Amino acid sequence: MTAPTPLTDLTARPAAPASGRRARTIAVTSGKGGVGKTFVSANLAAALARRGERVLVLDADLGLANLDVVLNLHPKITLHDVFTGKCELEEAILPAPGGFSVLLAGSGLVEYSRLTSDIREQLLAIIEKMKPRFDCILLDTGAGISDVVLFAVSLADEVLVVATPEPTSMTDAYATIKVLAMQQGRRIIKLLVNQVGRLGEGRTIRGQLQQVIDRYVSPLLTAPEGPLKLELVGEVPADTAVREAILKRQLLMESLPGCSAAKAIGLLADKLLA
Amino acid sequence: MPTVDSLGDLQLQTALQLLKQAGREVVIDAAPGSTPWLQAVVDALCELSSRDALTGLANRRQFELIIAREIDRVARAGEPALVLMADIDHFKVVNDTHGHPAGDQVLKAVAAALQDCVRPMDTVARYGGEEFAIILPNCPPAFGQTVCERIRAKVERRVVNVAPGTDVQVTISIGGAYAPQWVRSSATLWVERADRQLYRAKTEGRNRACLEQAAVYQVSAEEKGMLFGTSQFQDIE
Repeated sequence: MTAPTPLTDLTARPAAPASGRRARTIAVTSGKGGVGKTFVSANLAAALARRGERVLVLDADLGLANLDVVLNLHPKITLHDVFTGKCELEEAILPAPGGFSVLLAGSGLVEYSRLTSDIREQLLAIIEKMKPRFDCILLDTGAGISDVVLFAVSLADEVLVVATPEPTSMTDAYATIKVLAMQQGRRIIKLLVNQVGRLGEGRTIRGQLQQVIDRYVSPLLTAPEGPLKLELVGEVPADTAVREAILKRQLLMESLPGCSAAKAIGLLADKLLA
Repeated sequence: MPTVDSLGDLQLQTALQLLKQAGREVVIDAAPGSTPWLQAVVDALCELSSRDALTGLANRRQFELIIAREIDRVARAGEPALVLMADIDHFKVVNDTHGHPAGDQVLKAVAAALQDCVRPMDTVARYGGEEFAIILPNCPPAFGQTVCERIRAKVERRVVNVAPGTDVQVTISIGGAYAPQWVRSSATLWVERADRQLYRAKTEGRNRACLEQAAVYQVSAEEKGMLFGTSQFQDIE
């Protein structure tokens, strides 16, 4: 059996190895689609960049790239070209508005919606190659619990689950958390609650999820890693500015940095760097 | 029976003999040597090479083919698929006590029992010796234990008359695992996981089925109840 991703809690930054710092990798995922995963990835990247971090966002949603839409980028070169050997990896790393870098999948990757071992190896190699060059690599994954998503998540040290207070989103987030704990041996999963109606709702939702996890998931997990802990890293209020920014295809952190949602993303960045 | 003379340079004697011996002579309304006839010969040979000669089940080669296909399908569709490894308990005793022909009869009877217990879409294969493998595509986690118990009970009830006045009854141990939906999965890993459960069934006393605890993607009504506070566990804040 392949060993699961090592489960280091990287909330505290590891000391830089002698060979230089290597990026921490965070997979941004969700059970349900449409909860703002890509919005969070892009704006979190901008917030981290503003705090001096060198950030790379990798579109790990291999068939259905949306990051280009959110960032209003029209890349000529994508991961697809790298995979097919048409271009060098360097050429596919693009500067994004917001001061970070992106690696876009490109619609040509639709054919990779089935993960071959070749694609796995290539993705793995790309991330390893990028680690010394960045402080933080965000993997924007697809929705659901497909093997592509599980694989993308398995490449990251940390997992950030985005959920909204909607029951369907919570149920799907719970299913994702459960699978990640049982199959990848995750014991710490970060939670961001998006589109909250009032502050404090994130805490409630974390509590609800944690309670069900304690009762139904942790008893199934084998020692010695122990029980699964859900860590609330932020809550983003429902804010009309978000919709505005998305429609204008702009980063919220750039176009409306003073709005409540942008401030919440800033707090999320602070929390992740703390 | 066509003569080989009619087939030009093709040397088909051995193939045709093999098919005849296996009781699968090519019966087709086409001239020997014609393309449809040759196709029928090839088809019959393929069929023959995918079957276990004794039990008529899929053989190991066919099993490897089907499980590879199933792995691909599961990765794409995300359906739950179960693989079972089953081994006749104390089979050596049957051979030692009643002789190998009796052992063969038992193998055939168990093979038939296994085939009776599964759906047409499932694949029952003779994996080797007295070990069988079953692939059950689209088998919801809740049904795994049911099908195992059905197989176990059916084999236990089966009485094999190996000689006049001599009846043999055997039991079977079963191990099962659901398709590896996590990353870097392979057929080998999947079978190994089922094999580990088979080993567990053997060490726990045989004549039983052990399933690897399925990773439950589904969220049960109970879990939802608790999640949304509609159950007794309401107070969280």
